[in-house]
Amino acid sequence: MSDAPLTTPGTLWPRFRRSKIAVGATMVTAIIVLGGLLAPLLASQNPFDPAALDLSNSLIPPLWRAGGDARFLLGSDDQGRDMLSALLYGSRISLIVGIASVIFAAVLGVAVGLVAGYRGGWLDTLAMRLADVQLTIPAILIALMVDGLARAALPPATHDAVAIYVLIFSIGIADWPQYARVVRAATAVQKTLGYVSAARVMGVPAPIIVLRHILPNVLTSVMVLATLGLALAIISEATLSFLGVGMPPTAPSLGTLIRIGNNFLFSGEWWITLFPSLTLVILALAVNMLGDWLRDALNPKLR
Amino acid sequence: MARHLLRRLIQAAAVMILAALVAFLLFNYVGDPVSNMLGQEASRESREALRDQLGLNDSFIVQFARFAGHAVEGDFGISYRLQRPVAALIVERLPATVELVLASALFAVVLGVGLGIFTAIRRESWISRVILAVSLVGVSLPTFVIGIGLIYLFAVTLGWLPSFGRGDVVAVGWWSTGLVTASGLKALILPAVTLGLFQMTFILRLVRAEMLDVLGADFIRTARAMGLTERMINMKYALKNAGLPVITIIGLKLGELIAFSIVTETVFQWPGMGLLFIQAVSFADIPIMAAYLFMVAFVFVAINLIVDLLYVALDPRLRGRAA
Amino acid sequence: MFTTSIVRAAALSLVLLSSAARAENVLRWASQGDAMTMDSHSQNEGQTRTFAQQVEDALINRKPDLTKVPGLAVSWKLVDPKTWEFKLRAGVKFHDGRAFTADDVVFSFKRALMPTSDLKDLISSVSDIVAVDPLTVRILTKAPDPILLDEITNIFIMSRGWSEEHKVAVPQNYNGGEETYAVRHKNGTGPFKLDLREPDVRTVMVKNPDWWGLKDEPHNIDRIIYTPIKNPATRVAALLSGELDFLLDPPVQDIARIESSGMFKIERAVSPWTIFFGMNSGRVELASSSVKGKNPFADIRVRRAMNMAIDVNSITQRIMRGFAQPAGNLVPPGVHGYDKSIDTHLAFDADGAKKLLAEAGYPNGFDVRLDCPNDRYLNDEPICQAAVGMLARIGVKATLDLKPRTLHFPKVQTKQTDFYMYGWGTDTTDAHNHLYFLAAPESVSNATQYTDKTLFDLINAMAVEIDPAKRDLLIKDASTRLRDAYSYIPLYHPEIAWATRKGVTVPITLDNLPHFAYARFGN
Repeated sequence: MSDAPLTTPGTLWPRFRRSKIAVGATMVTAIIVLGGLLAPLLASQNPFDPAALDLSNSLIPPLWRAGGDARFLLGSDDQGRDMLSALLYGSRISLIVGIASVIFAAVLGVAVGLVAGYRGGWLDTLAMRLADVQLTIPAILIALMVDGLARAALPPATHDAVAIYVLIFSIGIADWPQYARVVRAATAVQKTLGYVSAARVMGVPAPIIVLRHILPNVLTSVMVLATLGLALAIISEATLSFLGVGMPPTAPSLGTLIRIGNNFLFSGEWWITLFPSLTLVILALAVNMLGDWLRDALNPKLR
Repeated sequence: MARHLLRRLIQAAAVMILAALVAFLLFNYVGDPVSNMLGQEASRESREALRDQLGLNDSFIVQFARFAGHAVEGDFGISYRLQRPVAALIVERLPATVELVLASALFAVVLGVGLGIFTAIRRESWISRVILAVSLVGVSLPTFVIGIGLIYLFAVTLGWLPSFGRGDVVAVGWWSTGLVTASGLKALILPAVTLGLFQMTFILRLVRAEMLDVLGADFIRTARAMGLTERMINMKYALKNAGLPVITIIGLKLGELIAFSIVTETVFQWPGMGLLFIQAVSFADIPIMAAYLFMVAFVFVAINLIVDLLYVALDPRLRGRAA
Repeated sequence: MFTTSIVRAAALSLVLLSSAARAENVLRWASQGDAMTMDSHSQNEGQTRTFAQQVEDALINRKPDLTKVPGLAVSWKLVDPKTWEFKLRAGVKFHDGRAFTADDVVFSFKRALMPTSDLKDLISSVSDIVAVDPLTVRILTKAPDPILLDEITNIFIMSRGWSEEHKVAVPQNYNGGEETYAVRHKNGTGPFKLDLREPDVRTVMVKNPDWWGLKDEPHNIDRIIYTPIKNPATRVAALLSGELDFLLDPPVQDIARIESSGMFKIERAVSPWTIFFGMNSGRVELASSSVKGKNPFADIRVRRAMNMAIDVNSITQRIMRGFAQPAGNLVPPGVHGYDKSIDTHLAFDADGAKKLLAEAGYPNGFDVRLDCPNDRYLNDEPICQAAVGMLARIGVKATLDLKPRTLHFPKVQTKQTDFYMYGWGTDTTDAHNHLYFLAAPESVSNATQYTDKTLFDLINAMAVEIDPAKRDLLIKDASTRLRDAYSYIPLYHPEIAWATRKGVTVPITLDNLPHFAYARFGN
């Protein structure tokens, strides 16, 4: 894992253009991200606003089925929520939680890795042992534990309001050791290189060396990890929400929508569960493929 | 090697102490155990009496030592929700989870290694390509979506397999097993496949990558040049050398199976520890959460130690260093 | 060695099990939530009672159509206006072999009257119970009680010897989180013995071959296996894939699918239940609201507006899919004293409700928490969600707190809630039961804390009024008065829909609590 990148971001573009998988996956991801980003503009209703829902619009099938309604392209759920709007807003929440928790994990992990790798000594030992210990426990379990702890510690009235922060924290905290390990290894290598030693001899302060010289060199590895981590984070969020300990039904993410839709699996209203499931799988697949490609392209040794 | 082993043992002990500490903090400081046990309306005197009885007025160190002592003996108090001793609940649910995890591990390893070898040897065949494409989808499918899909297809539409529970179980001492009854085995199939699918695709991709790595190595080329049969090379040399990292990863993946059994048990209403735990989380049933944390930490530490030892035992280089 | 013996033991039990399974009629059933406890005096809750009535008997039992039949008492008569005398059944034995006597009846009634009993209010008219001889007991009431016979159908008889042996002479303190032997064990005189109790996993009962009622109800059920399945889709999947013989609560959205499979019968009936929201109007201020110094629910205009804001027709049609009748009154159909003319909900009128709120000083509404169970009533969660939406349209910002029933009910029973979902099904088939438990200030099931002395006087009067015509008038006055106080928002009277596999008969019980002694395999 300590190998230097074989490809630099600069030579990435031509290879990217040639790869059908990469372009396709990027386009799919971009469409979903844009949809989530522009959800307030694109959606015909705000599915988080209880006052916008009308029971008399409930259970309308998708437009192309008998009984479809032009206002509800993909149909509506049992509360009269427009499925398309719910998908847009749901993807938005899933993406927000996914991206935010990856950033949280990456920042924490990179910081720990840089400090540990550059300083070495007992700080390094402590941080890396901690990472080792945490890596032995699956991320989803740590996320569940942290989530359960927060649930028990916070007053019940505030659960829904802070659910999204709790999720970001739980998923993020479970993931930092990966970044810390990779960055630490890379830092330890960079530290011994000539230009860093030169800078040190010239009296450049340590924080500046780390930020100006070492950080840019480890960023590619971090980018690959983050992309692969994003798919996992999105799935983790969906899993927690499906288990009923994630986003509440009043602010549904894709996982929550699938949990609700699960109740209509046999009743003929298949659209309530199928569309969120498809969106989730497609999003996770696209991000995964992108991450896979990026890893192969940037550094086939990084696993 | 002895030093290596010693370091791992110290690390394992540290993890257990850390887990016990978190469990202890959870138990004593999240929510008020006195209110939890006596209810809101209890009198001041009975509260004080219970505080004394529980030893909540002792120092932090004394309390922690007592908690750790009880934990080692398997005493985690009484579940707030089910009003039964946590240890008894866990013992009751343990067999279900163990059987599920082992069955899915078996499924994942056998199929994952088999398909991994196949796709590595027949890299160019279209079957390999299909398998690889499907495996990427498998990695992106959340466990619960797989479970729901399988129930819909095999239980409801086709009616071949049961959709929930363990079927008939037979008690062998305190252990309840579903492995010796027809309905128990049938009930195991869907949950085991659901739980194992993700790990199976992972193992498949890993085995394939390791095999390809080894097949490209110098000594294989030499073997080929020496006229050894392809079959010999594949089985005797390539697989053996690819096996080491695979064993390590499989050991670690066993831990992930335990973690994801929570999801599978929820979908299939499988009466194991995972279901017990997830219900405890939504009820804030702290004694169960604390006990589960402690138990799982112990299992992980044990698995890691075993994997480590296996690694040392199998890797001639490490053995050589010790000698 | 060791392993071979295990294998042998397993193989042996396998043989035993499979041969037994072939000969036995095993009734496998499920519903969404498990019984709260096996101590039938500790909780007055539907599922807890369902389990009780398979294993235990009352002095007077009820048939599926809710008519009263002799249970452990064979005859009874009024000795004077305040004293009933019961002749007990001779030769009855408890499941553990102990003989049943008058002493057990006295013990059980006294137990049910203890502070930790959830049934004490049901028989609050009882002043004493005495054994006249081993097969005769007398129940003395504080005043003439016209519905005593109905009330005592809820008091299941436990063995004194067994209870004292296992230190369960006092009912389990459920809200205090107590564990006792009776939480997982039961010893009754009824048609089935409790064989295995694993809360949340499964409960197994076996036929009691010595049941005294077997000659009248010669049922052929050898074993009953109950599995709680919280997830509605899993429940339906389990039924459709042939793993269940009887499903108590098929989700209403799946009933058409279940029927179309051709393998199951669906039986429907309107049940004597009402599902409703309660508003806590007795608090000085609402704990969950930012409105301080006053309680919005103390103003009848606010309560009226809340009633007008909820569109019960949409709820019954859209969410319950027609498997419920809109309710306007708490006294449900099928109960003595039910009056259709006062069972109409205030017309749905969001604008009118807004105006009323403005008049009451809340032009922008207010916020409050709505406490709901998520595993008790069919579609409780989506109904509460829909209510939040309807209230949002008149400016009332309700935040939803969904909890499993074991956490939700204590909140209501300790009155730690501002605004809550609840349901009441009949214990006695008489309106007094509903009015008393939902309006009396001392009732644990009334968290509205609404006070109206005239209403309480009416309810107390009907408890002792012997003249039927006068009593009916009191019932009508009281139910009208309670409705017009708007301290509750009645939602609907649910329809029961039971799904049974063809080839099995489980006669529908109107109170939605199945009675398996009346069930049969074969036609």
